[in-house]
Amino acid sequence: MQFGIFTVGDVTTDPTTGVTPSERERIKAMVTIALKAEEVGLDVFATGEHHNPPFVPSSPTTMLGYVAARTERLILSTATTLITTNDPVKIAEDFAMLQHLADGRVDLMMGRGNTGPVYPWFGQDIRQGIPLAIENYALLHQLWREDVVDWEGRFRTPLQGFTSTPRPLDGVPPFVWHGSIRSPEIAEQAAYYGDGFFANHIFWPTSHFQRLIGLYRERFAHYGHGTPEQAYVGLGGQVFMRKNSQDAVNEFRPYFDNAPVYGHGPSLEDFMAQTPLTVGSPQQVIDRTLTFREHFGDYQRQLFLMDHAGLPLKTVLEQLDLLGEIVPVLRAEFAARRAPGVADAPTHESLVAAAQEKVTA
Amino acid sequence: MKLVVVSAGLTQPSSTRLLADRLATAVAAQADVEVRVVELRELAVDIANHLVTGFPAPVLGDALRAVAEADGLIAATPIFTASYSGLFKSFFDLIDFDALTGKPVLIAATGGTARHSLALEHALRPMFAYLHAVVVPTAVYAASEDWASGELAQRVDRAGGELADLMLRNPAKRGEEELVPFEEQLAALRGKP
Repeated sequence: MQFGIFTVGDVTTDPTTGVTPSERERIKAMVTIALKAEEVGLDVFATGEHHNPPFVPSSPTTMLGYVAARTERLILSTATTLITTNDPVKIAEDFAMLQHLADGRVDLMMGRGNTGPVYPWFGQDIRQGIPLAIENYALLHQLWREDVVDWEGRFRTPLQGFTSTPRPLDGVPPFVWHGSIRSPEIAEQAAYYGDGFFANHIFWPTSHFQRLIGLYRERFAHYGHGTPEQAYVGLGGQVFMRKNSQDAVNEFRPYFDNAPVYGHGPSLEDFMAQTPLTVGSPQQVIDRTLTFREHFGDYQRQLFLMDHAGLPLKTVLEQLDLLGEIVPVLRAEFAARRAPGVADAPTHESLVAAAQEKVTA
Repeated sequence: MKLVVVSAGLTQPSSTRLLADRLATAVAAQADVEVRVVELRELAVDIANHLVTGFPAPVLGDALRAVAEADGLIAATPIFTASYSGLFKSFFDLIDFDALTGKPVLIAATGGTARHSLALEHALRPMFAYLHAVVVPTAVYAASEDWASGELAQRVDRAGGELADLMLRNPAKRGEEELVPFEEQLAALRGKP
């Protein structure tokens, strides 16, 4: 099972000190956090993509390329890549390029984006969100698998005899996760292609995602990719730890109360009860994270949100040290509970091996 | 059949709730209904939290589901500042945009003076029209002085009868939404626009 972190890349004032990082400081902090993720033994670093302040990561492959050059093992990913407003041709090219530079340590997560004005800024219409996601991904999928593409669709200028370069490393496209928080159409899309489905369930109650993940697993099997249990599921998580759980609560509460996403709403205690947010001791985080498997079945990827709401870099790095300490426990506990026949998350190596097997068969 | 009564009255006892209950009784007199009352006062904090977080706490989630699954709805609000109360509007702001499509709805309101009665026609009726609900022709307004008149009872019976009639003709369709298979989604895009 893979463990990692994802970042939204928000520039938020620290509510306890009033300090706001500059864009440069935030961008450099994101890189430092990514390097720390590898240092403490995590598997994945994923960056968001945004095109409006107060967010900085508008250019994910630039950042991931830089991180790739300074890491050895870390898988570089996104949370999410906007399949609706990016040109699928440019996604095909950017991520194939990154794949070569990073020696295959690349996958990505598709998302639609929920910021209305971003669509018209990129010449699109948010009401066409689902059709854009479906058509653009169909083209991306084809560009990575066919050397010469003739294509005509509804949302992009046609292509005749087009070859996207560079071709995917070893002829194997990066693995794709599809992220969605409410659309069965996207779970269906992920199932159709045999891709992964990532449920960032950190802001929503569990029951909602049980339906969505259940649908994805069932349709994954329907399309002949394996049993429902063999489908590739990823989950979000959000934790804040201190050795003593009351210290964690006291330290995190002002960040929670003022957080851009859920601040000034429910109490920290209610939010912890209703969503996967866990603020407490490392053992509490271990126990809570293991319950995800009981709700959603065996899954392949767990990403935590660690660096938002104005938490200072120093605190985030301390949190990553603690996460590094509990991840070996989580690995062992998840492995001990895992049903036989459940696949690992695909990596470049496993996809290359599978492709070779297909050729020899 | 399921009849859900949403009451946005704030005082206890509330004249809005009293009116809503009388309307529910009038419906029950003409159709076999199971009545559930949703008191928005009890959900006020959860409603505000949902607006902030984007998801409902369990009790509110249950109320929203009950409204969505109802065969008929009575929606009653006090008139504040020439329109429905903010709490009433906030609750309906949280309803899925298609949850009331085709649903029979009876609208009702209370106020201190009869001068506000047309708020039902210029505020509540258009809101439910936007949500594609089927609003019965008789809307019931009760000003303080109406509680002493027989005319209110007549309006209550007429409106209740209209809602019962619509519910009997048009019970809610329940069950999971049909999933459109992926090939069909893709093919729909490949057809000429």
